[in-house]
Amino acid sequence: MASPAPKFASNDGILDTLVGALGDAVLSSKEAVGEIALTVERDSLVATLTTLRDDHDYQQLMEIAGVDYPSRPERFEVVYCLLSLTRNHRIRIQVTTDEDMPVPSVTGLWPNAGWLEREVFDMYGVLFAGNTDLRRILTDYGFKGHPQRKDFPLTGYVELRYSETEKRVAYQPVELAQDFRTFDFQSPWEGAQYVLPGDEKAPQEPGAPSEIKSKEAADAKASESEAKAPPATPKTTDNASQTGAGKATDEKAAEPVDEVDKALKSEPAAKKPAPKKPAARRKPAAKPKKEG
Amino acid sequence: MADLLEEMAHERDASDPTIGDTEIQNYTINFGPQHPAAHGVLRMVMELDGEIVERIDCHVGLLHRGTEKLIEYKTYLQALPYFDRLDYCSPLCMEHSYVLAIEKLLDLEVPLRAQYLRVLFAELTRISNHMLNIGSHVMDVGAMTPNLWVFELREDCMNFFERVSGARMHSAWFRPGGVHQDAPLKLLADIGDWVDTRLPKLFGDAMSLVIDNRIFKQRNVDIAVVSKDDAVRWGFSGPMLRGSGIAWDLRKSQPYDVYDRMDFEVPVGTRGDCYDRFMVRVQEVYQSAKIIKQCLAEMPEGPIASLDRKVVPPKRAEMKQSMEALIHHFKLYTEGFHVPAGEVYVATESPKGEFGVYLVADGSNKPYRCKIRPTAFSHLQAMDFMTRGHMLADATAILGAIDVVFGECDR
Repeated sequence: MASPAPKFASNDGILDTLVGALGDAVLSSKEAVGEIALTVERDSLVATLTTLRDDHDYQQLMEIAGVDYPSRPERFEVVYCLLSLTRNHRIRIQVTTDEDMPVPSVTGLWPNAGWLEREVFDMYGVLFAGNTDLRRILTDYGFKGHPQRKDFPLTGYVELRYSETEKRVAYQPVELAQDFRTFDFQSPWEGAQYVLPGDEKAPQEPGAPSEIKSKEAADAKASESEAKAPPATPKTTDNASQTGAGKATDEKAAEPVDEVDKALKSEPAAKKPAPKKPAARRKPAAKPKKEG
Repeated sequence: MADLLEEMAHERDASDPTIGDTEIQNYTINFGPQHPAAHGVLRMVMELDGEIVERIDCHVGLLHRGTEKLIEYKTYLQALPYFDRLDYCSPLCMEHSYVLAIEKLLDLEVPLRAQYLRVLFAELTRISNHMLNIGSHVMDVGAMTPNLWVFELREDCMNFFERVSGARMHSAWFRPGGVHQDAPLKLLADIGDWVDTRLPKLFGDAMSLVIDNRIFKQRNVDIAVVSKDDAVRWGFSGPMLRGSGIAWDLRKSQPYDVYDRMDFEVPVGTRGDCYDRFMVRVQEVYQSAKIIKQCLAEMPEGPIASLDRKVVPPKRAEMKQSMEALIHHFKLYTEGFHVPAGEVYVATESPKGEFGVYLVADGSNKPYRCKIRPTAFSHLQAMDFMTRGHMLADATAILGAIDVVFGECDR
């Protein structure tokens, strides 16, 4: 590997050994970028991790990370990062779940899992069956919602200020002084998921015109020209709407320029710019609905 | 009835109670959220029996800023400065994990000089962090002078960071592919002088006041003893793990950058108490100085960042001459680079322990998920079992020896 990332013991043969040892519990396994990840069945998580800890020397649980994939049927992925101090090796164990299905807690195996599970619960709302202290941990007392979910807005729903009248800290709905700004710097040839104004007139395949695509297009063009039928409505320019010309200009425009100038000079007030309207306070385009 | 009889016989007297007469209730106090010895905003609800701590419930998250959520809305480069603000006592070590994670996903080669510079400044950061921790730990248990002395050294480190990156604390100097700017020769020479003269003298003097001090030992020896097994079970790392006698250092066992070329030792404790953790940090300062000297001696000439123009933007001077450089510069500072889809967990040895980044990339220019593994989470969680049965005043010593910073704990 060229990158200077931490080098732990080699992965050779470990994946096969583990998949063999864990048997049916493993749903899928992969080795990518020098790291081994196993997706296991949710119900056999505790048994799997016990085996890994006791028989395969993964003594330490370093991290439990949640990831949200809203498009998947079981949207949450809970990732357990294990470290072996004796073999100098790391692996990741993943389970999937949704909002309602609890993941078995591993607090019985590692006492430090308690806070890590609390954090995943706080951030994603994943339930852990068997964790006796499943309180929120990082968010405020009385916080509602799970902020790391992809459908939770970055701005949140409430903001907090000290109310001078009530002499206490008060919550109020978030009010943005300017619209929430997201800049899409994706190249329009690569990943744009939207239609640029004007593009709807020329529907085409998304993506850059690659070599194959241009060849395909050439082929398609060739076959098209072979069987080219005359258009259903021949193009004519019988009336104004067909030419695309606009309405006739108003009469004032026909007047000589000198007269217009004179008229303006006699009315100096008209030259003054219109008094500025107070800038209307902008509100977010779509206010997110409050979730329970 | 029996009570009444006892009272009539004057066997019990309210003004002169004997043992067992009066009922003492446990009481609960709040340690923090604003407490000078809490090293930040930590609230600990302590249940006390007299002065003995029975139970501690740590409430963290008072400094939660949603860093991980914010990172998901930024490009890879824009997300980098958030890492400085995690553990604001060792900012460059926070960046280290992140840039290594990106480089691992990109499989990007980093020039040797950049790797040396990173190691050099990571070790300087370690010294700066330990100066803060050692100083405040000493002050928590009652000594004032050493803290003032080691803060001088911390100030020197800050000046070095400023000279190399322009910022004293939030440097944002490690970049995917290398470092942002080269270190001037005079700066490297000054660091060399400092490591040879000022650091050993000032630090040695300050520590000579503390290490064999009777009061300091009384406050730390045999306080919060953690066995090897407990340290492993609770997910300890860094000086906390080494204090318990396990020689585990990611710089040695899983070397990154040029740590595999460095010759240094891993100090370990023997008893696993607060004094051992303190001494491990003291020794680490000397080891870091050793690494810095090696870096200065061996550092080759060459580029300080990868020449892959799809990741590392060109320098401004090049931009004025070359159209292609201008395009790359513009693209990298607006759209940013794309990272191929994949997941990595990269952990480095930060001064406080294992600091990891679990990075999920979806092939776009923004991280899909960036989970930060703080060192403080597992250490602070063990506060309850470490403090149980100790006196209230020991809680500050234990907390000092954990070396917790809430920017990193709460994220």
